[in-house]
Amino acid sequence: MLCENCKERQATVHLTKIINDEKYVQHLCEKCAREKGEFDFEFPSFSLQNLLSGLMNLDAQPAGQVMGFAAQKLQCDNCGLTYAQFGQLGRFGCSRCYDAFGERLVPLLRRIHGSTQHLGKIPRRAGGTLKLRRSIEELRQKLQEAVAREEFEQAAKLRDQIRELEEQAREGENNEQ
Amino acid sequence: MNSKQKKLSLKVSEWLRSPGPDGDIVLSSRVRLARNLRDIPFPYLASDSQSAAVLEQVRSMIPALSAAHGPVRVYTMDELDSLERQVLVEKHLISPALANNQQHNSAVLLRDDEIISIMVNEEDHLRIQCLLPGLQLERALQLAEEYDDLLEAKLDYAFNERWGYLTVCPTNVGTGLRASVMMHLPALMLTKQASRILQAIAQVGLAVRGIYGEGSEIKGNLVQISNQITLGQSSEEIVRNLYGVAKQVVEQETQARQILLNEGRDRIADRVNRSLGTLRYARLISSEEAMQLLSDVRLGVDLGLIEEVDGSILKELLLLHRPAYLQYLTGRNLDSFERDRARAKLIRLRLAGKQLHEREE
Ligand SMILES: [Zn+2]
Ligand SMILES: [Zn+2]
Repeated sequence: MLCENCKERQATVHLTKIINDEKYVQHLCEKCAREKGEFDFEFPSFSLQNLLSGLMNLDAQPAGQVMGFAAQKLQCDNCGLTYAQFGQLGRFGCSRCYDAFGERLVPLLRRIHGSTQHLGKIPRRAGGTLKLRRSIEELRQKLQEAVAREEFEQAAKLRDQIRELEEQAREGENNEQ
Repeated sequence: MNSKQKKLSLKVSEWLRSPGPDGDIVLSSRVRLARNLRDIPFPYLASDSQSAAVLEQVRSMIPALSAAHGPVRVYTMDELDSLERQVLVEKHLISPALANNQQHNSAVLLRDDEIISIMVNEEDHLRIQCLLPGLQLERALQLAEEYDDLLEAKLDYAFNERWGYLTVCPTNVGTGLRASVMMHLPALMLTKQASRILQAIAQVGLAVRGIYGEGSEIKGNLVQISNQITLGQSSEEIVRNLYGVAKQVVEQETQARQILLNEGRDRIADRVNRSLGTLRYARLISSEEAMQLLSDVRLGVDLGLIEEVDGSILKELLLLHRPAYLQYLTGRNLDSFERDRARAKLIRLRLAGKQLHEREE
């Protein structure tokens, strides 16, 4: 069948529309369908999902049946999504799924991103004391360097800063509890 | 639709009007942050009352957001008709996925100048987008993060130490950042250098595609380059890498343009001026033909071979000759033939220096 719009290319997209209770079927080629904006690239998400479940099945195999079976039974108690469903959908159900699936996520995320640790921005409230703790780590690093270079005045300053941040972090953690 | 009052502004977005740094080659820079609320099921799983509550929470932030850099307005997807939603897609202010989602209390918060748009209940609970003209990725990141911080002051974000910002799709987790640049590369395409360069870019972990979404072909010599990795690199690092690559492509395109001028001045001058002639006199023009010709004319302007046309009009037309925008502008549904006619007219008038909204009949 030829596309009813351009009458040049094969119609591969068949759209059913209901206008005033009348049913219309449009037969379009992909180009014209896209131009009409009727379906804006819904297909890539499928391939992405397929890709993801492909990646997840990769880790189920070498570990053998037992591991695979245990993983399938993992379930998020907040939204109810199981690890097996996650595998099919390629999407999490809620933020707590990340905790529920835990270490099972490591191989998958390493394959996607080549990394398994967030290094970017830390939100002010949701990050809790993480930002402080990261700053403390950085200062400790600097302190070591200062000591190694025998810059004792600088080292003393850094020590004071660290003590101050540690105090803040302790307070923050007490507030969180 | 005729009788209905237009909800959306027809004005041309800020990013389309001004060129910005390296604006002869980089048309726009975009940054998008994916954010979610803690414990609430993600939009595709949320109940109606849960997604309504998410929208309500975000709505309550409008005064704070408006106080930052100018008024922010909310449009829910179910209050807009399909044409209006499509106009927002064509202006790159919302995603096709959001436009097609009327069931999940989906909405967009738009800043007046359309530089900031915040999608609510798209794939993630929140997608904060900043769209700027030219190559300004750092500025775009900075602005998006400003709105991010404003929202986080009241909303409980889903975040953990290990995985960073928690997203629906594992490909976005970490920074939740997608940064992209839209580039106009006519000389690299004409000299057949583009595929070599774009392939190299794909090998350093960036994605290259046409501007109408993943897997779309390159039209109007417009290419979009974006980061793929979101975990293990900071947002600044991701943006810096993309900036570095974009700068190199700018350099390659500039060189190719120079070669075109040095070695084929008459041929290229002939080509771009013929394209201008067609656009000036055509009475029917398809989207695809328009893209190619507009790209030619824009190249002619950039090379100084065409002087009587303003380059910014071409950028605007390259993106605003699409079906929904035309129909919204003319105020009625158009079939494909009528669209080709309306498109030719719009281009003709714009090239003659007329404003879009002045000439609405
Ligand atoms: Zn067709
Ligand atoms: Zn869950």
